[in-house]
Amino acid sequence: MKPTDIAAPDYFHKVVDCQWACPAHTPVPEYIRLIAQGRYSDAYMINWKSNVFPGILGRTCDRPCEPACRRGRVEETPVAICRLKRVAADFKDDIRQRLPRPSPKNGKRVAFVGGGPASLTVARDLAPLGYHCTVFDGDPEAGGMMRTQIPKFRLPNSVIDEETGYILGLGVEFKGGHRIESMKALLAEKYDAIFVGSGAPRGRELDVPGRKEAAANIHIGIDWLSSVSFGHIDKIGRRVIVLGGGNTAMDCCRTARRLGGADVKVIVRSGFEEMKASPWEKEDAIHEDIPILNYMVPVAFKHVAGKLIGVTFQHVKAEYDAKGRRNLVPSGDPDQTIPCDDVLVAVGQENAFPWIEQDCGIEFDKWHMPKVDPKTFVSTNPKVFFGGDAAFGPKNIIWAVAQGHDAALSIHKMLSGDDITERPLPEVHISSQKMGIHEWSYDNDISNDKRFKVPHRDKVIALKDIRTEVELGYDVKLALGEAERCLNCDVQTVFSTSLCIECDACVDICPMDCITFTQNGEEDDLRQRLKAPSPHPDQDLYVSSDLKTGRVMVKDEDVCLHCGLCAERCPTGAWDMQKYFIEMTHAGSTCPTKSRSAA
Amino acid sequence: MTYIAKPKFHHPGLKKNELGYTHRDYEGKISTLCAGCGHDSITASIIEACYELSIEPHRVAKISGIGCSSKTPDYFLGNSHGFNSVHGRMPSVLTGANLANRDLIYLGVSGDGDSASIGFGQFAHSIRRGVNMTYIVENNGVYGLTKGQFSATADRGSKSKKGVTNTDNAIDLVAIALQLGATFVARSFSGDKSQLVPLIAAAIGHRGASFIDVISPCIAFNNHAGSTKSFDYVREHNDAVNRLDVLVGRDPIAVEYAPGTVQVVEQHDGSKIALRKIDADYDPHDRLGAQTFLQKHAAKGQIVTGLLYVDPDAEDLHTHLNTVETPLNTLEADTLCPGSAALDKFNASLR
Repeated sequence: MKPTDIAAPDYFHKVVDCQWACPAHTPVPEYIRLIAQGRYSDAYMINWKSNVFPGILGRTCDRPCEPACRRGRVEETPVAICRLKRVAADFKDDIRQRLPRPSPKNGKRVAFVGGGPASLTVARDLAPLGYHCTVFDGDPEAGGMMRTQIPKFRLPNSVIDEETGYILGLGVEFKGGHRIESMKALLAEKYDAIFVGSGAPRGRELDVPGRKEAAANIHIGIDWLSSVSFGHIDKIGRRVIVLGGGNTAMDCCRTARRLGGADVKVIVRSGFEEMKASPWEKEDAIHEDIPILNYMVPVAFKHVAGKLIGVTFQHVKAEYDAKGRRNLVPSGDPDQTIPCDDVLVAVGQENAFPWIEQDCGIEFDKWHMPKVDPKTFVSTNPKVFFGGDAAFGPKNIIWAVAQGHDAALSIHKMLSGDDITERPLPEVHISSQKMGIHEWSYDNDISNDKRFKVPHRDKVIALKDIRTEVELGYDVKLALGEAERCLNCDVQTVFSTSLCIECDACVDICPMDCITFTQNGEEDDLRQRLKAPSPHPDQDLYVSSDLKTGRVMVKDEDVCLHCGLCAERCPTGAWDMQKYFIEMTHAGSTCPTKSRSAA
Repeated sequence: MTYIAKPKFHHPGLKKNELGYTHRDYEGKISTLCAGCGHDSITASIIEACYELSIEPHRVAKISGIGCSSKTPDYFLGNSHGFNSVHGRMPSVLTGANLANRDLIYLGVSGDGDSASIGFGQFAHSIRRGVNMTYIVENNGVYGLTKGQFSATADRGSKSKKGVTNTDNAIDLVAIALQLGATFVARSFSGDKSQLVPLIAAAIGHRGASFIDVISPCIAFNNHAGSTKSFDYVREHNDAVNRLDVLVGRDPIAVEYAPGTVQVVEQHDGSKIALRKIDADYDPHDRLGAQTFLQKHAAKGQIVTGLLYVDPDAEDLHTHLNTVETPLNTLEADTLCPGSAALDKFNASLR
């Protein structure tokens, strides 16, 4: 193998698994260390810069970081990264002084369709640069689906108000209750750029017999959640069936439990493991006495005199064809009718752009989705950009934020006359953490603790009021314990070939057997010859150039604890622990000289 | 010195030996030696050898004297018996322990000061008596704890860190061990675990006095230009006569050897050593030849390493003394003191 090029910013970025997995590339270990130091405001600001909604995401994020967390490969469970983010939001001081100041206007106007996370992220990035940002939303308040679809017992209004408020406070103009009905009309208003962040607002229908006749008691999940959120609906029947296995279904069933649903069931076509809902959301639903029934396909709504009385299900089983694709086939068991008073349909969401006319210069593909460049987020109309669910279908908030940053960069570049396909590299700050012979500026003594549970409010109290938040969040002590579990993967093991005397001290001390000195070879061959097995080929090998004896140093990054013992036991300082602070370059950052092509 | 404890986590894919232990289970406390010390590599090699042999830690007694080397038993086999004796007295304590309980595996760990100076006599007598043990000298040629004075194994002409040239002749412990009748004699280098680990494993399997001289560079005081015990010097002047594979019965190693290049030595415990010859003319069963070979190469400034001599039919001290098979420390009072009738009979036999 060739010597590893550690100057390429992606190499060490990849080692920070959580940050690499996060769509917005939030510097996770950095903010967790700040939490451990009690510097909650600093931790919050790192998040705010990167993911815009720390308080909201700290309660609702889909957490792509956690399955990636190295701790999960070392012991059973990853660090509770998401809930630590909430800690930063909960315990911070007043941070308003740290926010960017509204700057003098540069004369350019940008319109936003929809006031959800994608639009607000773009506005957050552009407003401080002097753009006049106008956000249109059909709802009276900003927040989009974060406000309308996520139940208040998971995300209180106060948090949404605060974090959307920070953005609107940058001089962003918000026009609530103003739904955009025509793209053509909007284009005619001669904005310099338009960003569409209108989400995936249409709940998918379930067209089976009885749907029309029993319509009064069959509700589309996201619309129903939205009506509950605005207080238009405050009760539901005693027996409720929720159809669907995603996070919306979980929100529906838990909401129903609080509005009078005593007997609430979630019924899903697929198996339990394949459900789209996050494991912790399923857990929370089950904790609230909601059974989840699997492999049952709804085939008819039963009704008597226009009144829903139940749903009939066909039992299915999963079969896999030669290519490993799953098919649901009837199991042969007789159909089963489950009586109920109301049904909530949460079987998916769709995009809908009835308001974009054919002749706007915006092309759509065969799935009726706009043709959007996945790196720059520009549509076929060079002034119109898409982001969030509106661009590539339903995902979650953190993706909307990440796409928002990228779209903001494109808009800024376009309006500055630059090539939008030239994307800047991330900014990287490198510093040795050595403080003394065996002292480091981070805590390298690895905690053996298992993941700490987030305290929940007592179930009896929680189920009484739909606005009572269920999760209480970590207290300071629990937060410290959980923060200590972080392995500081951004404090990198950096190897200097010229200093190494091949004494083997690092090999002997490494608790994870990460380091091997051996003859060089091709990657597949090298992985066979390491001191410990190498089961994750997606985890890089760090290979040195040739040493004096003709061997090379090979380090499998896979399960390195970043404990720094290799550097402590190295007599010559050939190993050093260096912190790589990697931050994405957003619109208006003082521009690094290097860049890479978006293609 | 590292202050934190070595993390308990280990690689999730670590292999386990016959007893279900990983090599991490054979570790001791974290080393307090200087960073990069060759002794730590020897520690790691002992751990590896014991792991590979699936040795039960409680079957091992590790005994040492005084010095950097003699601290190391604290860093391996944390669940074994140990005795840190007076300076240079490890061989006597080991001999006594071995007489009392012949069933344990004895690891004597010493250094060049402990064995070639203050304990030179002790070393000589334990070897001469054929005590069943693995005697490892962690040889760095300096007194590291007292800041780098030449030890008795420092080569004549070797330069100290301050630039002083050694004018005394060196004691070659391997040569002495051969002369005193050790039945397993080897030399190795802390920077070459692939050679050292099988040597230790083979020595443990040998019944009789096994002696391994391991050159172990002192990073703080003896790893400079002009030193003959530095990493660079040893690597440049290392002349390995053979390489070993230790074949434990249950796990035959499927390696194809070209005919004539391998010599198989069967050990008392049934294990086999496959000796891959590097020097085709070298015969590890010829004590006199080994001594000559050693002296010739030493004169040329070469450091001969590998398994230099082994006597597969060796006898140990217990055989010489004709002691009972049962360890003496488990003999009951009625066996040890059979009564006046037996005494009378015995006395009568001497009249």
